[in-house]
Amino acid sequence: MFKGGVKLIDFKSLSKNEEIEEFKYPEKVIIPLIQHTGSPAKPVVKKGDYVLEGQVIGEITGFISSYIHSSISGKVIEIAPWDLPTGRKSLSVIIESDGERKSIEKVKRDWLNLKSEEIINIVKESGIVGLGGAAFPTHVKLTIPEGKRVDFILINGCECEPFLTCDYRVLKEYTEEVIEGIQIICKATNVKKAFIGIEHNKIDLLPQLERSIRNLKISIEIEIKILPAKYPQGSEKHLIKSILNREVPSGGLPIDVNCIVFNVQTTLAIKRAVCDGIPLTERVLTCSGLVKNPKNLKVKIGTLISDILNFCGAELKHGRKIIVGGPMMGIQLFKEDVPVIKGTTGILLLPEEKLPKRIQPCIRCGKCLDVCPMFLLPSEIGKYVELERFDKVENLNVFDCIECGCCAYICPSKRPLVDFIKCAKFKLRKK
Amino acid sequence: MNTKNICKITCSPHIHSSETVGKIMFYVIISLLPALFGSIYFFGIYVLEIIFVSIISCVLSELLFQILMKKEIRIYDGSAIVTGILLAFVLPPRIPLWMVAIGGFLAIFLVKELFGGIGFNIFNPALTARAILLASYPVEMTKFIKPFDYNIDAITSATPLFIIKEKINEQLPTLWQMFLGSRSGCIGETSTLLLLIGGLFLLSKKVITWHIPFSYILTVAILSFIFRENVWYQIMGGGLILGAFFMATDYVTSPITRKGKIIFGIGCGMITFLIRKWGGYPEGVCYSILFMNSLVPLINKYTLPKKFGK
Repeated sequence: MFKGGVKLIDFKSLSKNEEIEEFKYPEKVIIPLIQHTGSPAKPVVKKGDYVLEGQVIGEITGFISSYIHSSISGKVIEIAPWDLPTGRKSLSVIIESDGERKSIEKVKRDWLNLKSEEIINIVKESGIVGLGGAAFPTHVKLTIPEGKRVDFILINGCECEPFLTCDYRVLKEYTEEVIEGIQIICKATNVKKAFIGIEHNKIDLLPQLERSIRNLKISIEIEIKILPAKYPQGSEKHLIKSILNREVPSGGLPIDVNCIVFNVQTTLAIKRAVCDGIPLTERVLTCSGLVKNPKNLKVKIGTLISDILNFCGAELKHGRKIIVGGPMMGIQLFKEDVPVIKGTTGILLLPEEKLPKRIQPCIRCGKCLDVCPMFLLPSEIGKYVELERFDKVENLNVFDCIECGCCAYICPSKRPLVDFIKCAKFKLRKK
Repeated sequence: MNTKNICKITCSPHIHSSETVGKIMFYVIISLLPALFGSIYFFGIYVLEIIFVSIISCVLSELLFQILMKKEIRIYDGSAIVTGILLAFVLPPRIPLWMVAIGGFLAIFLVKELFGGIGFNIFNPALTARAILLASYPVEMTKFIKPFDYNIDAITSATPLFIIKEKINEQLPTLWQMFLGSRSGCIGETSTLLLLIGGLFLLSKKVITWHIPFSYILTVAILSFIFRENVWYQIMGGGLILGAFFMATDYVTSPITRKGKIIFGIGCGMITFLIRKWGGYPEGVCYSILFMNSLVPLINKYTLPKKFGK
């Protein structure tokens, strides 16, 4: 258990029982060359080229980088900068479908005969990144640095953000494949024990998970941990704290406490890449909120978010906002014609909130301190940022903030504390 | 299509709790109502006039200041109403109304708004106003009456703590009478039962935490026991319950961390007992809280939480 955090109304019942549905084959996709943490991929196709589904269109440009694949078959009509749902711009490959759905040859493999480096190489060439949102290249995580040791693999099935149910559906519908993925990860990293962490609101998954961990192909142990449904349980650092009671040092990585964390969908992608030869060209996401038909959809990377919203019956009108990701950490879209990228976990249509027009004063209730899972002082940081005293903010550990939003959520004065902290980080980085 | 046209773009989080300053103040007002009605029952309808004048004076002073200084009008958040009720609660039941009006003005104009308004005052407004009134009008501020004497010139009667301290020849109320509230004292402080109902309500709504009231009352109890005072008279005979649950827990003038809150409560308890036992006054709740208010920045500085992963 970690200290702090908030209990949220999860709104998961809107889409929890919707089976994963395949979204229609898009006529056009916009595939950005930077969808991951690290350096952007280099385009290897040019305007007019014909590409197959699963063909590499962007090449890795460093250790922390990722391959990009075409998600449909068709003609490259343009390579141009395009807006990302993250608010940034990226050079993107725009492909028009020929309707043939021609795919590259899928190589079936028996992973039991593969060596660790071979598995990691397949993961790298399949363009797999963390699918929980941060999109950190997975092959980097799997490559254990010299002098480090890994005791445990943690599979993050918490999905602590309200509304989102895609990871839950993946665990429910592709249980066997996820468990196989865990075994592949263990083989690649030579680890003997893995944990699956799920929140208490997904306890109905327990019997089927337990059934499928009974017959493993290699001699490892997988344990299922039911964790309290408390936000931000799915934060990497807090998942480790809850399961292993280890604290990732400030500025450090999970590897510093001898474990690695993978999202459920990342695990599934690893299995499909290694066993079935399918690169990462699609993902499951949740479209929910004020839409008529909330759904869990399997979507090709590069599909326009506006198409998905239309499909789910979203009525865009005054006083509604589109959020990409969860409501606590997601990003509000300023335009709709942006593509789904690897890190897109959800698309939500939410009502605009009635917040004070002007920033209200802090009443020093201390609630933000109580909920901060990193034990920072959001109220103090906020006050100094308001006065533009960034020299004072420096000593308040802003860079440890994970921007989970608990402080701003609980604040009775509705102070934009996450805004303040992001602003402080930006100013201090520039200095 | 640009979604800017249908909604303002904001930073995460995109949902917020239903907690607002107005709601917190509303809960505090609700929690004060049992003791408020109790005080009318014990000391007569004149008490209601005092409370009314106090609230009006506080709200109007705030409005006046905000208009004069061209600040945002914030009287609707209810904090001035809370200050008004709390001020009335720490005044004697037959105080002239014009003094009450002066008290309200001092509390808001001098102690709260001149320091920067809500969230910035250093001292508890109601208690500071009481301290100034006590220094300015010592006779009227110490004229306490017998309960259930509803006349405007009611028979005066000493408070239980005064009887104990000065060893005067007057009948002490029984413990049961003190628990229910039929004893002489300030308007809102007499009924332990009704104040506890309000205090527990605030705890249940998570408006306050247990740290300050618990450590404050426990410190007084332990010191009373050590120095051979009657523990129950020390707890229920003065303003301790009102002070511990409603005054010392004021957000703005108490420490922000839980550890700091406990230190604050212990400090309040020690100074309260010090004044009661060896000081010049029979009661020390008001001054102890004001003194500890001045130490809050220091307490905050030394009780900051240790960040995650350190």
